Amino acid sequence: MAARKRDWSWRSRATRGLIYQAVAVAVIAAAVWFLAHNTLENMRVRGIQSGFGFFSQPAGFDIGESVFNFDSADPYWKAFLVGLSNTLRAAVVGIVLTTILGTLIGIGRLSRNFLLRGLCTGYVELFRNIPVLLQLLMWYFVLNEWLPPVSDALNPLPGIFLSKSGMSFPVPEWERGHLVTAVGLALGIACAWGYRHWARAAFEKTGIARPMIWPAFAIVIAGTLLGWLAGGAPTALELPVRNDLNVSGGGAVTPEFLAVTLGLTIYTASFVAEIVRSGIQAVPWGQTEAAGALGLSRGKALKLVLLPQALRVIIPPLTNQYLNLTKNSSLAVAVGYPDLVSISNTTLNQTGRAVECIAVIMAVYLTLSLVTAALMNWYNARSAIRER
Amino acid sequence: MDTALHAPVIARPPPSRTAGPLAWLRANLFGGWKSTLATIVIAVVIARLLPDLYGWGVARSVTQPDNAACRALEHSGACWGVIAEKYRLILFGRYPFAEQWRPLVATLLMVAMLVASCTRVLWSRWLAVAWLAVLAVFFVLMRGGIAGLTPVETARWGGVPLTMLLSTLSIAAAFPIAILVALGRRSHLPAIRTLCVVYVELIRGVPLISVLFMASFMFPLFIPPGISVDVLVRVLVGITLFAAAYLAEVVRGGLQAVPKGQLEAAAAMGLTYWQTQRKIVLPQALRMVVPSIMNSFISTFKDTSLVTIVSLYDLTGSLALALGGDANWRQFYLEGYLFIAAIYWMFCFAMSRYSQWVERHLNVGNKR
Repeated sequence: MAARKRDWSWRSRATRGLIYQAVAVAVIAAAVWFLAHNTLENMRVRGIQSGFGFFSQPAGFDIGESVFNFDSADPYWKAFLVGLSNTLRAAVVGIVLTTILGTLIGIGRLSRNFLLRGLCTGYVELFRNIPVLLQLLMWYFVLNEWLPPVSDALNPLPGIFLSKSGMSFPVPEWERGHLVTAVGLALGIACAWGYRHWARAAFEKTGIARPMIWPAFAIVIAGTLLGWLAGGAPTALELPVRNDLNVSGGGAVTPEFLAVTLGLTIYTASFVAEIVRSGIQAVPWGQTEAAGALGLSRGKALKLVLLPQALRVIIPPLTNQYLNLTKNSSLAVAVGYPDLVSISNTTLNQTGRAVECIAVIMAVYLTLSLVTAALMNWYNARSAIRER
Repeated sequence: MDTALHAPVIARPPPSRTAGPLAWLRANLFGGWKSTLATIVIAVVIARLLPDLYGWGVARSVTQPDNAACRALEHSGACWGVIAEKYRLILFGRYPFAEQWRPLVATLLMVAMLVASCTRVLWSRWLAVAWLAVLAVFFVLMRGGIAGLTPVETARWGGVPLTMLLSTLSIAAAFPIAILVALGRRSHLPAIRTLCVVYVELIRGVPLISVLFMASFMFPLFIPPGISVDVLVRVLVGITLFAAAYLAEVVRGGLQAVPKGQLEAAAAMGLTYWQTQRKIVLPQALRMVVPSIMNSFISTFKDTSLVTIVSLYDLTGSLALALGGDANWRQFYLEGYLFIAAIYWMFCFAMSRYSQWVERHLNVGNKR
C-alpha cells in the first residue's frame, strides 16, 4: 500500500483539525499576551513592584490562633504557613466529623423507623438548601452572642468550658511515657495489619472466615494499652481552670474555629448523607435477596455484600465533597478565622501585591485538589471491580 | 336444593397484623426493639425541644418593630420586629428608599419569568424572546436614566434583585460556555482538548472566593489603562467562568452516556459534526443529566452569597448592611439570618422539587 499523500485542502478532516487548533491556540496565546502586557503596563504605571521578595519582610500583624508560635516580627512566608496550617486543621477536623455525621444521617434516611427517617430527611433538605456562607455567619453569631462571657463560662462536662472566647478542654500533659504509648500504637497497627493479612490468606486457602474488624481493633487497642503501661501509665491531664476573669490551661479552640468547623460539617454532612443513601440504594435489590437466600444475617449481608458494592459508588462523589469542604474553608475569611485566604487578604491589603497573594491561594488549593484527586484515583483503581 | 350453597362468601378483612393503622405503627415505629428505642428517644427529645422552640419563635416573640420590647426579652423570645423594622434595607440594600418600587417590580417580573420558564406549555422560541425583553425591562427599571426614571448607579443595587440578577445571568451565560467546553474536552483535536481540560481543572481546583478576589483586585490590572469595568460586571464574569467549569463536567457526563451507535448512525446519515451534536447528541445527553444540571444551578444560586466578601450588597450583604451598623438592632442578627435563610431555602427547595418533576416528565420515553 502506498503511503497516502497528505491532503492540504480544506476538505480534509485532518487539515481542518490542524487549522482549528492553530486558531484556538493563537487566540488563547494572544489573549494571555494581551492580559500579561496590560498587567505589566498597569503595574509600571501605578508603580507596583512585583515578585515574591516581600515574603521575607516582617509581616507586622498578629494572628489570633496558630499551631506554632508566630508574632508580628516574623516574615510573611511564615504568616502564610500559619494560614495554611489553619486551613488544613479546619479541613481535617471537618472531614472527619462530616464523614461520621453524614454516614449516620444517610443510613438513617433508609431506616424502617418513620421518625428517624423523617428527621434525617428533614436535616438534609434543611441544611443543603441554605448557602454555606450564611450558615457559617449564623453559627459564628450564635456562638458569640448566645454563649456567656468567659468569666462565667458554661461547664457542660467536667473539664470542658464553653464561652464567647471559645472552648477549653483537657489535654494530656506531655511525659516521656506518651512516646512509648505511641510506639505501642504503631506496633498494634502493624500487628493488626499482619493479622488481617494472615486471616485473608487463610480464608483464601481454607475457606474459613475469621472475623476481621473486631480482632484488628482489639490488637490495636491492646498494643496501645501495653505501650501505655510500659511507659509508666501516665495519667496526668492538664485541666482548664476557671478563674475570676478567664479560663486558662488545657487545650483551647477559638469561636472562629468552632464556627467554621461546625458550619462546614453540618453543611457538607447533608451532601455526604445523600451520597451514602444513593450509594446504598444503587446496589440492586436482588443482591440483598440473594444474601438473604444464602442465609446471611442482616449485618453480615450489609458488611459482606452491600457495603463493598456501595463503596464503589460512594467514593468518587465523596472525594468531591471532601474537596468542596476544603475549598469552602476559604469562607473562614468572613468570620475572621485566620486561614490561608484570610492571611492572604490581610497581606494583600497591606502590601498591595494582588497578583502574588492570589497566586499563592490558587497554587495551594490547586495542589491540595490535585493531590487528593490523585490519592482517590489510586484508591478507586484499587477498589474497582476486577473483571475476569 | 339449597340455594344458600351458592351464596358468595364475603372476603374476610386482612389480618390486623398486615394492614391498617396498627400494622403501620408496628412496621414504622415499633418494628423490633431497636426501632422502638429510636422512636421513644426521638419522641422524648422532640417533646422536650418543641415547646421551647415554639415559645422562642412564636409564643414569647415580639413582632412589632419595638426595640425596647425586643431588648427586654433578652433572647428568651425571638425578635421578629427587627425584620419589620429593616425589611426594606434587607430586601433592597442601598437602593434609594423612594425608588424601591422599581427593584420590587423588577424582581416580581423576574420571578414571574422564572415560573413561566418552568411551565411546560410555554416552552417555545418565544420564551427566549420574552427573556430578553424581561431582562431589558429589568435593567431599565433598576438603572433608570430613561423614561423619566432617576438614574441609580449599580453600586447602590442590592438585596434580592442583585442575588436574582447575579444568579440568573451567570447561569444563563455559563450554560453555552459549559456545552462548548464539554464538547471540546471530548474533541479528537489534542490542542483544543488540552485547553478545555486545563480550564476545567484549574477552575475546579480553586475556591470561588479566589476567583472573586481575582475579579475584584486583579481584573483592573488586566485591562488596558484608562478603561474601567463596573465591579458588578467583573464579579458576574467571575461567577460565570466558575459555574461554567462545574457545569461542563456535568454536561460531559451526559455526553459520555450517549451510545456510540448514535454517533455512527448520524455519520452514516451524512450529518456534519455540529448537526450531529445539535440534533442527536446534545438532546439525549442533556436530558440524561437534568438533575445534575439543576444541582449545578442551585449551587450557583447559593454561591452568589459569596459576593458579600468582595463588598457587593446581595441578600447576605444587605443584611450585614442593615444590622451591622445599627447598635440598637445588632444583637438580633440571628432573626435576620433566619429570615434570609428562609428566602434562600425557598428558592433552592423549589428548584430541587422542580428538578424532580422534570426528571419524571422528561424520562417518560425512556421508561419501559
